[in-house]
Amino acid sequence: MATTKPARRTDTKLAERYREYLRQMLLIRRFEEKAGEAYSLGKIGGFCHLYIGQEAVGVGCLSQLRPDDYITTTYRDHGQALARGVSARAVMAELFGKATGCSHGKGGSMHLFDAPRGLLGGHGIVGGHIPLATGIGFAIKYREQDRVSVCFFGEAAVNNGAFHEALNMAGVWKLPCIFICENNRYGMGTALDRATATWNISERAASYDMSREVVDGQDLSEVMAAMDRAVVRARRPAAPTLLEIRTYRFVGHSMSDPIHGHYRTKEEVEAHRKRDPIVIWTERLKAEGVIDDAAYEQMDTAIKAEVQDAYEYADQSPEPAAEELYTDVYAPTQAPAMGVHPSS
Amino acid sequence: MATKVLMEALSPTMEEGRLVEWKKAEGDPVAVGDVLAEVETDKAVMDLQARAAGLLLKQTIAPGMTVPVGQLVGVIGAKGEDIASLVSGSAAAPAPPRNPAPAVVPTVAAVATAPLPSSAPSPAAASVTAPVPTDGGTRVKASPLARKIAADRGMDLRQIRGSGPEGRIVVRDLSTLAPSLGAAALIGRGSGEPYRDVPLTQIRKTIAKRLTQSIGPIPTFYLTTEVDMERIAEAREALNARAEAEKGQKISFNDIVIKATALALRQHPACNAWWQEDRVRYWNEVHVSVAVAVEEGLITPVVRDADRKTLREIAAEVRELAAKARERRLQPVEYSGGTFSISNLGMFEIDQFTAVINPPEAGILAIGSVTAKPVAEQGAVVVRRRMRVTMSCDHRVIDGALGAAFLKTLKAMLENPLALVW
Amino acid sequence: MATLTYRDALNQALREEMARDPDVFLMGEEVGVYQGAYKVSRGLLEEFGPNRVVDTPITELGFAGVGVGAAMVGLRPIIEFMTWNFALLAIDQIVNSAAKMRYMSGGQVGVPIVFRGPAGAALQLGAQHSQSFEAMYAHIPGLKVVMPATPADAKGLLKSAIRDDDPIVFMEGEMLYNVKGEVPEGEHLVPIGKADLKRTGEQVTLICYSKTVAQCLKAAEALESDGISADVLDLRTIRPLDLEAIFASVGKTHRAVVVEEGWSFAGAGAQVVDEIQRTVFDELDAPVLRVTGADVPMPYNKQLEKAAKVSPEKIVGAVKKVLYLE
Repeated sequence: MATTKPARRTDTKLAERYREYLRQMLLIRRFEEKAGEAYSLGKIGGFCHLYIGQEAVGVGCLSQLRPDDYITTTYRDHGQALARGVSARAVMAELFGKATGCSHGKGGSMHLFDAPRGLLGGHGIVGGHIPLATGIGFAIKYREQDRVSVCFFGEAAVNNGAFHEALNMAGVWKLPCIFICENNRYGMGTALDRATATWNISERAASYDMSREVVDGQDLSEVMAAMDRAVVRARRPAAPTLLEIRTYRFVGHSMSDPIHGHYRTKEEVEAHRKRDPIVIWTERLKAEGVIDDAAYEQMDTAIKAEVQDAYEYADQSPEPAAEELYTDVYAPTQAPAMGVHPSS
Repeated sequence: MATKVLMEALSPTMEEGRLVEWKKAEGDPVAVGDVLAEVETDKAVMDLQARAAGLLLKQTIAPGMTVPVGQLVGVIGAKGEDIASLVSGSAAAPAPPRNPAPAVVPTVAAVATAPLPSSAPSPAAASVTAPVPTDGGTRVKASPLARKIAADRGMDLRQIRGSGPEGRIVVRDLSTLAPSLGAAALIGRGSGEPYRDVPLTQIRKTIAKRLTQSIGPIPTFYLTTEVDMERIAEAREALNARAEAEKGQKISFNDIVIKATALALRQHPACNAWWQEDRVRYWNEVHVSVAVAVEEGLITPVVRDADRKTLREIAAEVRELAAKARERRLQPVEYSGGTFSISNLGMFEIDQFTAVINPPEAGILAIGSVTAKPVAEQGAVVVRRRMRVTMSCDHRVIDGALGAAFLKTLKAMLENPLALVW
Repeated sequence: MATLTYRDALNQALREEMARDPDVFLMGEEVGVYQGAYKVSRGLLEEFGPNRVVDTPITELGFAGVGVGAAMVGLRPIIEFMTWNFALLAIDQIVNSAAKMRYMSGGQVGVPIVFRGPAGAALQLGAQHSQSFEAMYAHIPGLKVVMPATPADAKGLLKSAIRDDDPIVFMEGEMLYNVKGEVPEGEHLVPIGKADLKRTGEQVTLICYSKTVAQCLKAAEALESDGISADVLDLRTIRPLDLEAIFASVGKTHRAVVVEEGWSFAGAGAQVVDEIQRTVFDELDAPVLRVTGADVPMPYNKQLEKAAKVSPEKIVGAVKKVLYLE
């Protein structure tokens, strides 16, 4: 968990990129805060899992990818979607279930998709999407491309059979997959040490003949560095990596979960909040002269406006048409509604 | 699942029924078709049949009580079943008839095949088909296809015996032509229509009006002829001797007259008709009403399609119908729908009499006794058995010449038995 | 016309489609070096190489998911389950991933995958190896369920399934692999969602699929001597059902018996019965009856197993019931 000593950043292109990463993290933070608000007002239904505190993981990992790489993630997917470039409007509208949402209102918070951007969901079954990521890696190798299949999941998923099967196949077939375990210490309400026999998750990579690293997830630069190494490893010739990125969520598992609940103490949460990834990165940028307070305020204000705009856009967007109930069950090449049995 | 037992319309015109006697006690087991009780209608004492199986859990009316059609009289269900909710509901209004066949559609085919044409002209036909309550009890079991075909042909499912499980009527039951002695299966006859209606011309209307004024509701005239029954008598004796030996059905003079009348009507369709106020209905089928004296008076069970039946069939049927009539057990279908009547007082040694027409029929034949008489034959006096028949005709439908022609044919048939099959 | 076994017909279909489209690949246990647990994939590894004929570890959930992932980015995987009994392990991927992906993503991501393998009972394989789950998969919107009964249909339907852009549950039968039949030469495609009248008659409709088709044909043969002729309607596809064909036949005969190998409760045949009574109620002269496997786990004992299975005698019995001849 070493931190690099900051030096004055003179490379303007890099400075721009670093400010961009801050913007992305701040966008995620403000967006999630707004989503929480919207949820409490009944604008968002069902489950809503917020990424607050984990921003550096999503932003850091995605910062090292190309536009033609693929991403699969869990139901805690707002952060990855925004970091990948899906507009705040499209994400908020999806949360609101509107036709203008990135999944046209049919997916919801847990199923954000943006196929042109390579964001392939947004999945609700713990561990269930990990084999998908392996399959995507398989396809990349099959086509002899040098793309990467990135898979985010929480630490509780590593106990799941699907994780084991998927990583084993990625390891035995040497697939261009990067498995990113966002270890936020709690699988919903169950602490890692209660559910997991060996707490050092990255060690499991040994079972799969896979490279591995443990990363401080609150430090964006650490994350980026580790991801960079994994990406290089994944592009030709392909080899998979398991990254255990240790992070913390500052809010509950979902909107149904209080901030600390019974399973962790308030003090613990407060202690972790002291390592806020945005604060850490901002401090570094300030130290390197990449940003100052005024610029930061300006950025934050603009982001808040962007988020507010997304909220209003989502609020005013239309619901999906009633006929949409029956569309996209089967491929449109077939006769309409073929295979969809009317219930009466 | 408990089912209600309701007072059913056991005759076409019945509006209320008097419970004469319960045939099943509370707690008795009951199968579908069992007689639950005897009910006196406006016409006869009829059986109330169980439409469900189980135990007769409750009798809700007592003997002697008169209740309107559709009212609850009992409940059938399983032992111990809670029927409080069923019993609390009181007189249910007669539900609209489930069988759509006869009621409203005035198509020729539909109405003619209905076995209950006694009130055919009036819209009261809708209530003629007994109200079938919608819950339990009187529902007819039939396959969907059988229902559809029956509806298309205007057949009343309640007149058809089902051969499927639990009495379900299925398609093959609709095609059975054999009439069972009892509720006959009534099917439209091939491609022919059973009757045709001819609206009145001005002349007829005038005759009707004037004659009615002078004579009464039905302007009647009478035609008498004396028939030589010698050959018939001999033939009959021979047939009955044979029947005796084979233990078969014996035939009476009346049976023969019924057959001959039916055949003669085929040749004189003008006499095989009904007066229908604004039209005359000429029947293509011949159903002969046979007057039977019963304790309370007179009733006329109908021998359907008498022209198509053998003498033995007619004889057997008349015996049965008469017995039923005397026991007041006739079903409505059995005493409705006649196209012509015969009344025979020969057994009372009445030589001749005039009978009263049975509306809406247009004619009735009064048969006297067969007696040996001296008659003139080729200049000599011989003793021959003779019978006098008097035909009463509704002048609105049958004119003198028409009636006379019919009688002439009838006489010819009876005097030359082979003419029956000419 | 060539005479092929059902197995070889499938093999031909795989070969032809893999040759035609480089995105098609086969993955499953023992499909490559072993030449296929039931030899359906015999010779394919040699012809197409290990990249396209992929042996997997024993990880149904895992490799079903791998297939779905690959399909999500445009490949056309054929995932073989050694038997559909084992696919229970993969249900999360079939139902939660494959079936849902297009809908959840608002139409963005399709899954053109075929899951295939033998289904149903063989001989004395016991409770865990004799199951027929088409009803479960047919229940799921987003999936198609295809079950060919003859070699010609097997080839034609597998080819169509591989070309279809939706996830397809393709159920074969171990007891069918050796069945011989005529298969048309050349490009032979059978449409998904279309039933096939394997025999025509007037008095009753026998609706069947997979192994019960042959049994219904036997029953129909036996019924001829009683003067009863039957339509034998091979559904071929369970989801979507060819309702038009079903209604046309029942509209002609007015009586139907649905025959399936699987268990009775909520079996695929129950859906057929519901469709019939709902839409052509007035055509029925009798209730629609079903002949199914006995509602028990499959016993090992030979006689018990026989008693648990559908037979032509049971079918004849049901036909007589709907004709009120018992």
